[in-house]
Amino acid sequence: MNIGLLVSHYNYWVVIFLMMVGFYILISRGNLIKKVIGLNVFQTSVFMLYITLGKITAGTPPILTEGEVVYSNPLPHVLILTAIVVGIATTSVALALAIRIKEAYGTVEEDEINRIEAGIEAGG
Amino acid sequence: MSQHFPILQVVVPLLAAPLCIFVRNGRAAWGLAVLASWVSLGIALALLGQVGTGGVISYAIGDWLPPIGIEYRVDIVNAWVLVIVAGIGALVSPYALVSVEREIEARRIPLFYSAYLLCLCGLLGIAITGDVFNVFVFLEISSLSAYALIALGKDRRALTSAFRYLVMGSVGATFIVIGIGLLYSMTGSLNMADLAQLLPGVWESRTVRVAYGFLAVGFCLKLALFPLHLWLPNAYTYAPSPVTAFMASTATKVAVYMLLRFFLTVFGWHFSFEQMELDRVLLPLALVAIVSMSLVAIFQVNVKRLLAYSSVAQIGYMVLGLSFATVTGLTATLLHLFNHALMKGALFMAMGCVMYRVGSVRIGAMAGLGRRMPVTMAAFVVGGLSLVGVPLTVGFVSKWYLILGALERGWWPVAVLILLTSLMALVYVWRVVEVAYFREYQGEGEAREAPWMLLWPTWALVALNLYFGIDAGRTAGIARQAAEVLMAGIGP
Repeated sequence: MNIGLLVSHYNYWVVIFLMMVGFYILISRGNLIKKVIGLNVFQTSVFMLYITLGKITAGTPPILTEGEVVYSNPLPHVLILTAIVVGIATTSVALALAIRIKEAYGTVEEDEINRIEAGIEAGG
Repeated sequence: MSQHFPILQVVVPLLAAPLCIFVRNGRAAWGLAVLASWVSLGIALALLGQVGTGGVISYAIGDWLPPIGIEYRVDIVNAWVLVIVAGIGALVSPYALVSVEREIEARRIPLFYSAYLLCLCGLLGIAITGDVFNVFVFLEISSLSAYALIALGKDRRALTSAFRYLVMGSVGATFIVIGIGLLYSMTGSLNMADLAQLLPGVWESRTVRVAYGFLAVGFCLKLALFPLHLWLPNAYTYAPSPVTAFMASTATKVAVYMLLRFFLTVFGWHFSFEQMELDRVLLPLALVAIVSMSLVAIFQVNVKRLLAYSSVAQIGYMVLGLSFATVTGLTATLLHLFNHALMKGALFMAMGCVMYRVGSVRIGAMAGLGRRMPVTMAAFVVGGLSLVGVPLTVGFVSKWYLILGALERGWWPVAVLILLTSLMALVYVWRVVEVAYFREYQGEGEAREAPWMLLWPTWALVALNLYFGIDAGRTAGIARQAAEVLMAGIGP
C-alpha cells in the first residue's frame, strides 16, 4: 500500500468512508429518523461508487464531439439514476412509516417503542 | 401474441396496479386484482409449457438485442418459479376479498390491491429477467410494496415490523447493487448469459470475489437465512392475513431463486463450490437455522409467529439442499420451493380464517375450534402434517429427496438431523391441534365456520398438497430437469 494508490483512488476511500458512516448510523442510532438518514448516506455512497466506476482517465463527457474519441462510460450514470429514484422511494416509504409510528406510539425512539411493545406482550 | 408472453407476464400486473387506485372502489379493485393475477397464472403456465421440452425463450425488450438490451430469458428453472409465484398470487387474490374487508380500513382497500399487484409484478419480474440490474429494480418494486402491505396490518406493531423490514431489506438490496456494480466494473456487462461467459476470465480478481461476498450477504438477508432472519417473524405475524399467506409462499422463494440463479448460472457451479467453497458457509448456517428455529417455534404462543419461525427453519432446508452441491440436493431445494409454498400458503390461509371469525391467532384462542370451525381446522391439520413430512403429502416428497441427497454425499448425521427436526415440527403442529380439538371453546360469541370465499382458496392449496404428495412424478421431474439445467450452467 503506497501513498500513490491512496491519492489516485481517493474517490474509493471517500466511498468506503461514507458507506461505513452510513452503516454505523443505521446500526447505532435508536431514532428512526436518524436511521433513515444513515440509510441515505449508505445508499449515496453506492451511487458515488457507480459513478466513479464510469470515469475513464482522460475521458470526456459522453457527448459526440469532433476529434474526441475517449469518453467516460455513460451506463453507470443511467443505472444510478434508477437507483436514486429507488432511494427516494425507499426514503419516502420509511418517513411515511415513521409518521405512522409516531401517531401510533407517540415516539420515534426505538428503545421507547420496544418498551411499549414489551408492555403489550406482557399484558397479553 | 404468444411470443410476447415474457413481457406480458410482468406488464399485466404492473398496469393493473395503478388502475386499482383509479377505480376507487374496493370491490372493483378486487375484481381487477383477481383478473390480473389469473391472467398472470395463465401466462406462467403457458411459458412452462413452452420451455418444458427443454427450450429456452429469449425475449429482447424493445427489440434491443442482448447483451446490450435487456433480455428476458425463460428456461425451465424460472418458468417453475413463475408458476409458483403466479399460482399463489392467483389463489390469494380471491381469498383477500372478505379477509381484507375485515382487517383493513375501507378507504385503503383499493391501495391494498394496488400494492399487492405491484408486489406480484416485482416478484415475477425478478424471476423472469435475464439482466442483473433489472433484478435489482424488480427487487425494489416488490420490497417497497411489501413494506406498505405489511404496514396495513391492524396491530400497531405492524408499523414497527414494516420499518425494521425496510431497514434490513434496503441494506440487503444495496449490498446486491454493490455486488452488481463490481461485476459490471470487471466485465462491462449486465446480461446474465453474457456475464457467465465473461466471468471465468476474471475469476482470480479480488473484485469478483468481493462482489460474490456482497451478493451472498444481500441474498441471504432477503431470503432470511439464519442469522439474517430477524425481520421475518414480526413482519409475518402482524401483516394482514392474505399478505402473510402471499409473502410466506413467494417472497423468500424468489430470493432463493435469485441466489441459485446468480451463484449457479452467472458464477457457475465450479466457481461457487470449488473456489469460493459456498457449501462450507451454507451448510452450518442451514443446519443451525433448521434446529434453532424449529426449537423457537415450539415455544411460541402466537400461531402466526410460530409458523413464521417454522418458515425460517424451512428456508434452512432449501439452503441445505443447495449446500449438498449435487443434482439430488438441488432437486430437493427446487421441490421444496414449490412444496413449501403450498403448505405454508394453506396454513397461513387457515389462520386467516381463524382471524376472521375469532379475531385472534393466539394458541389460547384456538380452544375448541376443532368443533366450531371443522373445515378450517381440518385444513390446518393437513397443512401441518405436510409441514411435518407425513407420507401422501408434499412435505414427505421434499424430505425424501433431502435425505436422499444427504445419504448420497454420505452425510448420514445430516439425514438423522432432518428426521429429528421433522419430529420437532410435529411438536409445534401438535400443540395447536391439541388445543383446537381437545379443549372446550371458551370465547364469548359463537365462532362459526369461515365464509366459503376464504375456505375454497385454502382448500385448493390443501388439495394441491395432497395431489402432488401422491402424484409427485411430475413436480419431481420438473425439479430434477431444472436442477440439471442449473448445474450445467451456461458458461463454457
